[in-house]
Amino acid sequence: MPKLVTASQFANPDAAYVALVEARRGLDERAAAALDTRLTLILANHIGDIDVLKEAIALAKQS
Amino acid sequence: MTVSAGRKTIYSYDYRRSPDQEARDIVRRPAVVVGAGPVGLAAAIDLGLRGVPVVLIDDADRIGEGSRGICWAKRTLEICDRLGVGEQLVAQGVTWKLGKVFHGDDLVFSFDLLPEEGHKMPAFINLQQFYLEKALVGRADELDAVDLRWKNRLIGLEQHNDHVRLTIDTPDGPYKLDADWLIAADGARSNTRDMLGLTFSGVTFEDRFLIADIRMAADFPTERRFWFDPPFHTGQSALMHRQPGNIWRIDLQLGPNADVAEEQKPERVTARLKRMLGDRPFELEWISIYRFNCRRLDRFVHGRVIFIGDAAHQVSPFGARGANSGIQDAENLAWKLAAVIKGEADAGLLATYEAERIQAADENIAHSTRSTDFIAPHSAAEHSLRNAVLALAPKAEFARRMINSGRLSVATVYDTGLSTPDESPFAGSARLGAPLPDCPVRIPDGSAGYLLETLDDGFTLLTFKNGASSQSVPDGISRVSIGEDLADPDGVLTQRLDATPGAAYLLRPDQHLCARWRSLDRGKVAAARDRALGKV
Repeated sequence: MPKLVTASQFANPDAAYVALVEARRGLDERAAAALDTRLTLILANHIGDIDVLKEAIALAKQS
Repeated sequence: MTVSAGRKTIYSYDYRRSPDQEARDIVRRPAVVVGAGPVGLAAAIDLGLRGVPVVLIDDADRIGEGSRGICWAKRTLEICDRLGVGEQLVAQGVTWKLGKVFHGDDLVFSFDLLPEEGHKMPAFINLQQFYLEKALVGRADELDAVDLRWKNRLIGLEQHNDHVRLTIDTPDGPYKLDADWLIAADGARSNTRDMLGLTFSGVTFEDRFLIADIRMAADFPTERRFWFDPPFHTGQSALMHRQPGNIWRIDLQLGPNADVAEEQKPERVTARLKRMLGDRPFELEWISIYRFNCRRLDRFVHGRVIFIGDAAHQVSPFGARGANSGIQDAENLAWKLAAVIKGEADAGLLATYEAERIQAADENIAHSTRSTDFIAPHSAAEHSLRNAVLALAPKAEFARRMINSGRLSVATVYDTGLSTPDESPFAGSARLGAPLPDCPVRIPDGSAGYLLETLDDGFTLLTFKNGASSQSVPDGISRVSIGEDLADPDGVLTQRLDATPGAAYLLRPDQHLCARWRSLDRGKVAAARDRALGKV
């Protein structure tokens, strides 16, 4: 039984996208990758569920 | 920021000398509109229908071809219907409501813009702007209150305490005209804006886009089709739209470094289109290369000069929010200015035009900026985020919802002091501050129609019958009783308004809902109407 939620959860998905895109505005690819890595760790900890984390990793690798 | 060849004239009109040009004393008019594009025409016709004599001037004497507005949204069509040309436009246009988004060859997202039945007007039609302009010019010519003057170019403007003095150049030389109010509808490169020295601030996007209208017999479905990174145009985006008469609009992203002169050469454009269309024969009708802006004036009302449409704000075309929002500006302004000119409201009401339409402009600019950011990322780092969303889309719904190829124009729900807050909760799709949702109704002779087309141009109170009791309504408000004047045969209106017996709904002259109650109270209706006229 998958635990990862892939249905849209943001009331305003465009605003969420804008927040992510604005975070990397002006960064080069290397700096953006470093930002993403820190974000991954922060959000993974926030989720705090190893099963969800593993499912998310699998989905990211498939895409 | 258009780079294009000269426009071919499609319709031309005659310059006629006005008696105002010979008058010994400078003639004074209550309202002058500058710019006979869709927005200026809509404003002039709306004012004329409301009994305000209006002079509409334009520096040209023709409507030209060109890749301009093609997508007309439902609310715009409802406005045009009230102005008297809606049915004609729908009959001429291509009706559509489906959109598809592809990534490479794969369909990743599709949308239906009008998933419910029971509206007179479709979600969208596609129709070349010159047809809409021609229909509006025809309508303006029918109205004695609209004095349309071609080849009249505004060359001077002096603001006075209670009027504006205009200098207008014509083939017979210049003349002066005084206007109590000047409506500037003279477009993105507004001369009026320059004459007042107003700054127009915002963002210019670096990417250039090729816009081509082509003539081609093709049986592609009637839907908006958008591609990210298609095989025929690698690394860029493409958009395709059907117009009437076997004309197709194709929009190809060229990136920030495109060579404008080179990209405009017909052989170059033809080669690009052949990669998209294969061996299907086509002819080029129009080519232009654009860069987009999202910007607006800080204020729309400057003394006695009021800006509407592109003269006040500009957006990218993704979302069809340019001309559509301009026509909605015109409608918002027309009833308010008419009320001020007729002495039914104070000039302070015009501040609510500015507040409501700046809210709309900011919404349109935000959507348009987000869409353009998604379609044309500013850097490699932003590109990788965009591509991650596209890559996840087939497997994750959340990513599909983030795909943004343009969020299409819908009417703004005004968060406005003109609305009277609800005393009791209402469900349904009607929203305070929004245009009333249209509904099928039956009129007393038994024929079927739609609610919005039955409304007159003033304030309207819709009431739902409750037994035999029938309280009177304040003067100057038309009452429409559901159950007596109109029937709601399928209960759709009742459901959309969450109506209960005795409920009452007050509509502004622009069909926006400004107050509603579970039961009718004459005093409250009068207070709500005064509030909607800016009197509170």
